Amino acid sequence: MRAFGSFCFDCVKLTLRGKWYYWLWLVVLLSGIGVGVMHYGDQLRTGMVVTHLSDQVNWGLYIANFIFMGGVAAASIVLVIAAILYKREDVSQAALMGVVVALSAVIMSSLYILVDLGRPDRLWHMIPFIGRYNFPYSLLSWDALVLNVYLLFTLWLTGTMLFKNYRGQAQGAPIMRQWVGIAAMVFVIGMVTVEAFLLSGYEARPFWNTAVLAPRFLAAAFVSGPAVIILVLQVVGWFDKQRATAPAIDLLAIIMQAALLFNLFLVGVEMFTHFYTQGEHSISAKYLYFGLKGFGRLVPWIWIAHGLGVVAVCLVLVRALRQRRVLLNIACLLAITEIWIEKTMGLVIPGFIPTSMGEIFEYMPAEAEIFISVGVLSIGLLVFTVLVKIALPIVLGRVRYST
Amino acid sequence: MKWSGFSKARSNPRRKERLLSRRSLLRRGGWLGSLGMLLGGGLAGGARAATDEGSAFSDSIGDFFQKQYQEMTKDEIQEAIGRIERKAKRRYNVDIKVGDAPPPPGVVFGFALNLSRCTGVRECVEACVQENNLSRSPQVQYIRVVELKKGSLDLHESNHYYDTEKVPLPDKIYMPMQCVQCNNPPCVKACPVDATWLEPDGIVVTDYDWCIGTRACMAACPYSARRFNWADPVIPKDEINTDTHFLGNRPRERGVVEKCTNCIQRSRNGRNPACVEACPTGARVFGNLLDPTSEIRYVLDNKRVFRLKEEAGCDPKFWYYFD
Repeated sequence: MRAFGSFCFDCVKLTLRGKWYYWLWLVVLLSGIGVGVMHYGDQLRTGMVVTHLSDQVNWGLYIANFIFMGGVAAASIVLVIAAILYKREDVSQAALMGVVVALSAVIMSSLYILVDLGRPDRLWHMIPFIGRYNFPYSLLSWDALVLNVYLLFTLWLTGTMLFKNYRGQAQGAPIMRQWVGIAAMVFVIGMVTVEAFLLSGYEARPFWNTAVLAPRFLAAAFVSGPAVIILVLQVVGWFDKQRATAPAIDLLAIIMQAALLFNLFLVGVEMFTHFYTQGEHSISAKYLYFGLKGFGRLVPWIWIAHGLGVVAVCLVLVRALRQRRVLLNIACLLAITEIWIEKTMGLVIPGFIPTSMGEIFEYMPAEAEIFISVGVLSIGLLVFTVLVKIALPIVLGRVRYST
Repeated sequence: MKWSGFSKARSNPRRKERLLSRRSLLRRGGWLGSLGMLLGGGLAGGARAATDEGSAFSDSIGDFFQKQYQEMTKDEIQEAIGRIERKAKRRYNVDIKVGDAPPPPGVVFGFALNLSRCTGVRECVEACVQENNLSRSPQVQYIRVVELKKGSLDLHESNHYYDTEKVPLPDKIYMPMQCVQCNNPPCVKACPVDATWLEPDGIVVTDYDWCIGTRACMAACPYSARRFNWADPVIPKDEINTDTHFLGNRPRERGVVEKCTNCIQRSRNGRNPACVEACPTGARVFGNLLDPTSEIRYVLDNKRVFRLKEEAGCDPKFWYYFD
């Protein structure tokens, strides 16, 4: 108990101590949050009319970001799986960083759902037994369940790992229990699948209503998750002069390479079904890739995304290129951008265009949606920053419990 | 058998559950409600009947703790209706009457539309807007009439924005679309909080006070029949229809989804929906599918009817025909 009190005290102390760039970064994040909160206040006061969403395109940037962040959250735990189930001791320190990314991403993911609600004041209606929870029929109820359980899992994992390290019970390693690794594996696949089903479960949207969506989401998650962690490991290493992350980065690069290739393959498979046969399902794809009846706002986005994907694949495929950190980092940035565009402009939005009644009504995010999304991103980054600020000295053994 | 789908709707298990498990519900959600009443009542200065004047503040607390329609007792529904009527009075300064007519026994409503007669004047749309207190700004319309070139019923080739002044054009047909009241509604499945459900008389309704605005139902609807209140609905005061129903045309708020209810405030009282009355060519037929002498049954038995998007598997109760 005393150990826990001292742990909490040390955590606060670590959060409040930092160099000038730490405080500058916090100011940047807080202003991002401020802008987001201001615009969200507008949205609460005047309604969702401040967005560019419509009865035709009723989900947009928020839901796409929710899906993207869900993928990042799920795949960020991949190092835990490697460390525990594949006995890769050399990546176990980096695995903690993955868990911290997962925790921040799952918080962002939940917040993106929250800002998409028309009546967040009635959220209690979703609480099982108190409100009415339409489980298991509603896919959103599955999403809420998975997000909450995953949030608790990552919170518990982060907390336990830090506390054990703090007490000197585990030397930089996470709790290496078999079931944690198995649970992590179930979570990665389960979470991504549930998120894919949220879109693919509607006969009204033939563009989404395909079995390949879940595998595509899994491939995309294993691109974006590792790419984010590769960058994070280096940024954190940069500030902390810690460079023991090379084996983890190499492993992540390999995972990303395979996933990128598989993702492109799945995109190609879908393109075949869309364009070789002409049916209801191919109309949105036509709109997305070539434009329809003079409407084609998404066309440049999707081609740029696939272009970036191809470049990223080339960069990670060739060993000589991959091993140069600068090129690997560029590949990561390209891959993250590709997956993000693919999820927003390439999947969620064209699913609504044309509508099930054949109306073409285009959508581009409004200023408010962009600022609110930036606000949510800032909240996630703030959580992440504070967690890393606490975790690094503890994992590296600089801060320990002393009786 | 053709009618087998409807027996499911008639014996809606949820209705029974509502009566049977009231005690267990009291245990579950009751404390929230009592807390709300306690707070609301206390702040309003003691106990009061539902019809009494309640303050805006105590009403908003009552609103917050209001249960889902299917879980409310008769008294709780009356209290909720009191709050709705007072809110309308405060907002529009009109006295509205909110009804709660239950589904009539032995009735499942169905719709048929004669495409040979529709001239595309959109008078049904106008009547629907007036009857159902739909927002004029931003515009909300339950009925969408599209113009199709003769020779094809491909909705992707339809014109949603044709000019009503010029109809009917000789080489075109006009096709009104609205909620088809599915027997297997994907919107009901999609809602995470059970804010929308299929009533025993075959109408898919929404509890506007329970909806949290996820819009999953809109993504799920193959007929694009659902509408979201992106802003506060605006209706001119003198155009408000004061004859309303809890599950129908009572004033809505922003942030919730709504849809066509076959004019539940009319149809449950034996009247035709407003669009049926308004149609100048008599293209619309509405009635009880379980009554073999009804006009709708005559149409289904004697005309060559078809349903839109049957392949979506929703089993709609809205038929089209040519004659």
